[in-house]
Amino acid sequence: MAEVVDNIVYGDDLLVVNNLKKYFPIKAGILRRTVNHVRAVENISFTIKRGETLGIVGESGCGKSTTGRTLLRLLEKTDGEVFYNNQNIFELPKSEMRKLRTQMQIVFQDPYSSLNPRMTVGEIVGESLREHGLAKGKEVSERVQEVIEKCGLAPYHIRRYPHEFSGGQRQRIGIARALALNPQFVVCDEPVSALDVSIQSQILNLLMDLQEDMGLTYLFISHDLSVVKHISDRIGVMYLGSMVELAGKNELFDNPLHPYTQALLSAIPIPDPKLKRKRIILQGDIPSPANPPSGCRFHTRCPHVMPHCKTDVPEFKEAADGHYVACHLI
Amino acid sequence: MATEKEVKKVNEPIKGMKQEDILSPWKIVIKRLKRNKLAMLGLTVVSIIALAAIFAPLLTPHTRDGVNLLNTNAKPNSVNWLGTDALGRDYYTRLLYGARISLTVGLVSTSIRIVIGVILGGIAGYYGKVVDGVIMRIADIFSCFPFIPIAITFVAILGPSIYNVMLVLGLLGWPGICRIVRGEILSLREREFMEAATALGISDYRKIIRHLLPNTMASIIVSATMGIASAILTESALSFLGLGVAPPIPSWGNMLSDAQNRYVLQHRWWLWIPPGLSIFVTVMSLNLFGDGLRDALDPRLKQ
Repeated sequence: MAEVVDNIVYGDDLLVVNNLKKYFPIKAGILRRTVNHVRAVENISFTIKRGETLGIVGESGCGKSTTGRTLLRLLEKTDGEVFYNNQNIFELPKSEMRKLRTQMQIVFQDPYSSLNPRMTVGEIVGESLREHGLAKGKEVSERVQEVIEKCGLAPYHIRRYPHEFSGGQRQRIGIARALALNPQFVVCDEPVSALDVSIQSQILNLLMDLQEDMGLTYLFISHDLSVVKHISDRIGVMYLGSMVELAGKNELFDNPLHPYTQALLSAIPIPDPKLKRKRIILQGDIPSPANPPSGCRFHTRCPHVMPHCKTDVPEFKEAADGHYVACHLI
Repeated sequence: MATEKEVKKVNEPIKGMKQEDILSPWKIVIKRLKRNKLAMLGLTVVSIIALAAIFAPLLTPHTRDGVNLLNTNAKPNSVNWLGTDALGRDYYTRLLYGARISLTVGLVSTSIRIVIGVILGGIAGYYGKVVDGVIMRIADIFSCFPFIPIAITFVAILGPSIYNVMLVLGLLGWPGICRIVRGEILSLREREFMEAATALGISDYRKIIRHLLPNTMASIIVSATMGIASAILTESALSFLGLGVAPPIPSWGNMLSDAQNRYVLQHRWWLWIPPGLSIFVTVMSLNLFGDGLRDALDPRLKQ
C-alpha cells in the first residue's frame, strides 16, 4: 500500500489518507477490560483531488461512515495519517483543529436527528459564524440568508424550527449549515439515503451545483451505486473495513476487477424486465468485523478463492492507470 | 433542486401570513403561554399569593404577633376573618406573613438545587467517564444522607434561621435533578446534531449551554415545580423540630404543625384548613404554570 502514497503529487491532492485504522474496543467483565476490537476501518489509503468527488460504496457496517468521521477527526484514529492541505490533522492541537474545522464539513444521513429541535434555522446555520468570529451582528443574518437561499430555502424560513420542514428541506438546512463556513471539503455521509427518490435527485443536483459554484471537494458516502455513479468522479468500494477497489467511475463500472465489486455491480436493478443478466450471488453473510477472516477479508465469500487468499493479505496495488485493486487474482 | 422559478415563488410572502409569524423565539413562548388557560390561571394565583405576601401589612388591620388572651381560639368572624389561634393572634394575618416564609423557602432552595444539579449533571453527562463516575458517586453519597439528622447538625452549627433552612434544602436536594439532567444529556450527546456541532468547531461550553440544556428544559421545569412544593413541606417539618423559623414568626409549615392534635383537628377547622389549602393551591398553581411553561418552550408542540 505504500506505493499509493509515494505516487502522490501533493499539489493536486486536498486530502491524503494513509493507512488509516479505526478500531473500537469491545469491553467486557466487571473491570470493563478491552477483550477485543471491532476493526471498523483497516488500513485504508486514498487521496482526494481538489474539486473532485470521491464516492465510497459498500454494504452497511463496512466502515464507510467511520472512515468519513475519522478523517474529519470526529473520531480519533487508531493508527495512520490524514493530511489535509499537507497538514497532518491528527497532530494539530485542539485550537488549531477548531480553526481547520471551518474548512472541512459534514452533511449527515438523517435530516431528523442531525438538527437541534430547539434552535431556529437561523441559529443552526449562523451559529458557527458567530463561534468562529467570521461575522458579527447583522452580517450573520445576511450571510445566513445568502446561504439558505443558495440551498433553495426562503428567507422567511430563518425563524422556523426544524420540525416545520419536510425531510428534503431539512436536508437543505443541513447542507446550508455545512456551507455557512465556506468550507473546501465536505463529507457527505449518505445525504440522500433517508429521502425518497424524487427528493434524492433534487438534493444530488443541489450538491453538484454547489460544488460548481463554490469549488467544493466531496467525499460522498453511499450504499446506493446509482447515486454514487451519478455524482462521483472516482469510486472506492469498501468491504469489511478495507478498500478493495478504487477507480474512475466509468472504469469501475465497465471493468470491475475485484470479485466483490463484480458481485455488487451485478446487483444493480435494471429497469427493463426483458433484459436478463447474470447475477453473481455471494454465499454466506458478511463476517464479523470483530473477528475478520485471515488473509483476504473477502475469501470466505469469494467465488474465485485460492489457497493463498486465506493466508496472505492482498496488496492494494495499481492494476491499470489510476485503477487500484486489492486481489490476488490481479 | 429548486429551479430559479421555484426559488422566486417561495421568496414571495405567503398569502395570509401576517407579520406576527416572524416573531422572536421569546415572543412565541409568551404567546403560547398566554394561550394556555390553565397555565395562566396558575401564574395568576401564584402572583396573587406572592403580592399578598409582599403587601401583607397593607392587607390586614392586625399585627402579626399581637397576642390577645381574651380572644383565643375564636371562630372566623367579621373582625378576625379566619379566627384566632390559641394565643388570640389573628390567623388571617399570620397566614399572609407565613406566605412570605413559605414562598421564599420554596423558590430559593429550589433555585440552589437547580443551579447545582444542572451544572454538575451537565458536566457529568457531557464529559462522561471518570468525571461522570466521580460526580455521580458524590451525588449517591448526598442522596444517602439521612436528611433530618444532617439538617439538624447543619442548623446546629450555623444556628437556626430561615436562610440556613434554604441552604440545607438546596445543598442536600440536588442529586435528584443532577441525575435527571445527566441522564438526558447522556442520550442527547450521542445525537447527530452534537456531532454536527463538533464538526462546526463549537466550543464545549456552548455545546452544553446552547444545544444540550435547552433540550433538557422540560424535565428541569417539571422537577423544579415539584421541588418547590416539597421544599415548602420540608420547611414545615424542620420548623416543627425547631430548626426552621423561630416560634413567633409564622410559616405555613409551622402553622400546620401547631394544629396537629386531635382536638384542634376535630373542633378548630380554621387552624388547619387555611394553611393546608394555601400550600395546596400554591403547589397546584406552580405545577400548572410549570407544565404550561414546559409546553410553551417546546417548539415541536403544535400551537
